[in-house]
Amino acid sequence: MIPHHSGHLTEPRWVRGTLLTLALAFLTLFLLVPLATVFTEALRKGWQLYLAAITEADAVEAIKLTLLVAAIALPVNLSFGVAAAWAITRFEFRGKQFLITLIDLPFSISPVVAGLIFVLMFGTQGWFGGWLQEHDLKIVFATPGVILATLFVTFPFVARELIPLMQAQGCEEEQAALTLGASGWRIFQRVTLPNIKWGLLYGAILANARAMGEFGAVSVVSGHVRGETNTMTLHVEILYNEYQFSAAFAVASLLALLALVTLVIKNFIAWRAARSAAREASSQAALSELSSADSPPPIFQPIQSR
Amino acid sequence: MKSTRRPGLTAPASQAGKPRKRRAGVLPGFGLSMGITLTYLGLLVLVPLASLPLKSMSLGWEGFWKIVTAPRVLASYQVTFGASLAAALVNLVFGAIVAWVLVRYSFPGKKILDALVDLPFALPTAVAGIALTAIYAQNGWLGKPLGEWFGLKVAYTPLGIAIALVFIGLPFVVRTVQPVLEDIEREIEEAAASLGADRWQTVRRVLLPALLPALLTGFALAFARAVGEYGSVVFIAGNMPMISEITPLLIISRLEEYDYAGAAAIAIVMLALAFVLLLAINLIQGWNARRGERGS
Repeated sequence: MIPHHSGHLTEPRWVRGTLLTLALAFLTLFLLVPLATVFTEALRKGWQLYLAAITEADAVEAIKLTLLVAAIALPVNLSFGVAAAWAITRFEFRGKQFLITLIDLPFSISPVVAGLIFVLMFGTQGWFGGWLQEHDLKIVFATPGVILATLFVTFPFVARELIPLMQAQGCEEEQAALTLGASGWRIFQRVTLPNIKWGLLYGAILANARAMGEFGAVSVVSGHVRGETNTMTLHVEILYNEYQFSAAFAVASLLALLALVTLVIKNFIAWRAARSAAREASSQAALSELSSADSPPPIFQPIQSR
Repeated sequence: MKSTRRPGLTAPASQAGKPRKRRAGVLPGFGLSMGITLTYLGLLVLVPLASLPLKSMSLGWEGFWKIVTAPRVLASYQVTFGASLAAALVNLVFGAIVAWVLVRYSFPGKKILDALVDLPFALPTAVAGIALTAIYAQNGWLGKPLGEWFGLKVAYTPLGIAIALVFIGLPFVVRTVQPVLEDIEREIEEAAASLGADRWQTVRRVLLPALLPALLTGFALAFARAVGEYGSVVFIAGNMPMISEITPLLIISRLEEYDYAGAAAIAIVMLALAFVLLLAINLIQGWNARRGERGS
């Protein structure tokens, strides 16, 4: 075999050096510097102010609301994602590709438009505005609106992780369980769930990061009532616009930590999936072509069905 | 040639090739799972989206046209598209270089850097927005030297918008090109080299055509994402009408003036563009899939 670093199979040394330098400079400038800035700006005025900023009453309320929204949006979209993936990958029906496109739709819609449609539905001039006012209910500019907008923007995450995964796995195992007399729920719990657990977790943690970090859609529907309808990102915006930069970056640093934790878990899952795929491949050499189907797909690859 | 599609997206032969032995309906739960899917999709996505055309219908065709072609709105399209296009092009070039370096070269800290490429997906856009503004503001630690040495103003100009959009779109090209590049077998390059091609010819004639669909997809995804982006841009843009005001922000200012129909009209233009881009991405993917089948 020809070694990689000789002859015509690699670039001249200076080309390699240039490409490496360009890539590192680009990633440093656009990833590392912004990330570092969040933490240095947050701690610029010292630890005491940092702690004060994140324990202040409005900040705590914002953190609580963010956690509440994620705690509702996540299980709902998780259940939907599993149901959609089950319907799409386990049955044949017409218009399947169209359904997948519709599920993908919220990804291609501007977050601002996502917020707007709920204002048009439930705002005072909206479809249900009059009815809601009569019954003294509030959806937009209140917590339910924030939850709806978050549900919308995190809608496709779990489904789009599960569909390619379950498609690649096929349904032979479930059919075997069926012939052995297992009920539907039992098949799902004992066969499907263990097979898709890493994909499910992968989708869930990406959805969680988006749910907690959503800004545009939530900003349109929240009404910015301090201490009531402000999520963490909106609280960051208010502090920033009031020139309380250190406090804004302090709350922002919590969100940046969440992003880092998300990346660590995501890579751990990818590593686990790759490892179990490798183990399977070594025990079933014949199936090795398919084994990498276990590893989660990249985040924003359009789903293809066949 | 080996298919350039990711194995994860390729269904097993039993599903793609042979007619399925077991027809739909063997496994239980079709009614339940389909019912949940359609109901939830309808209530959360389709019905709310229908409010956009219905609301802007109240304007009549002429009123609609007047709103979406008003000078301030036209200027916002220009800012949004211009900055998005510039950012997507930067990401196309540097994304390809980053993907190449991450797949082909080894250097210390590669794994961590590879993981960090996804940061723009995970970091809330508002956080990115204030961080970039702090860096590029007049007294920021990059904004200051840029201003003093080159007289370049970044924050509160269209250039600042483009920088925020480069950040937002950074992972797309890298993450679409990377798996394809990993799948390309070295034998192909060896064959080209043994036939007398020099390295540059091999890259241009062999690797680039194989990577083209992935590059285009990544570019289109980055562009689509940039056009709708709001959170990271509002802080750094300065938001001056006619100069650095993006279209999503214009929708918000219409809403704040309680001009719901006007907001809906501008939103429809954005939605139409999103559909066009989605279609383009699907066409590229379809073309790539067909090419892969023919080649394999």
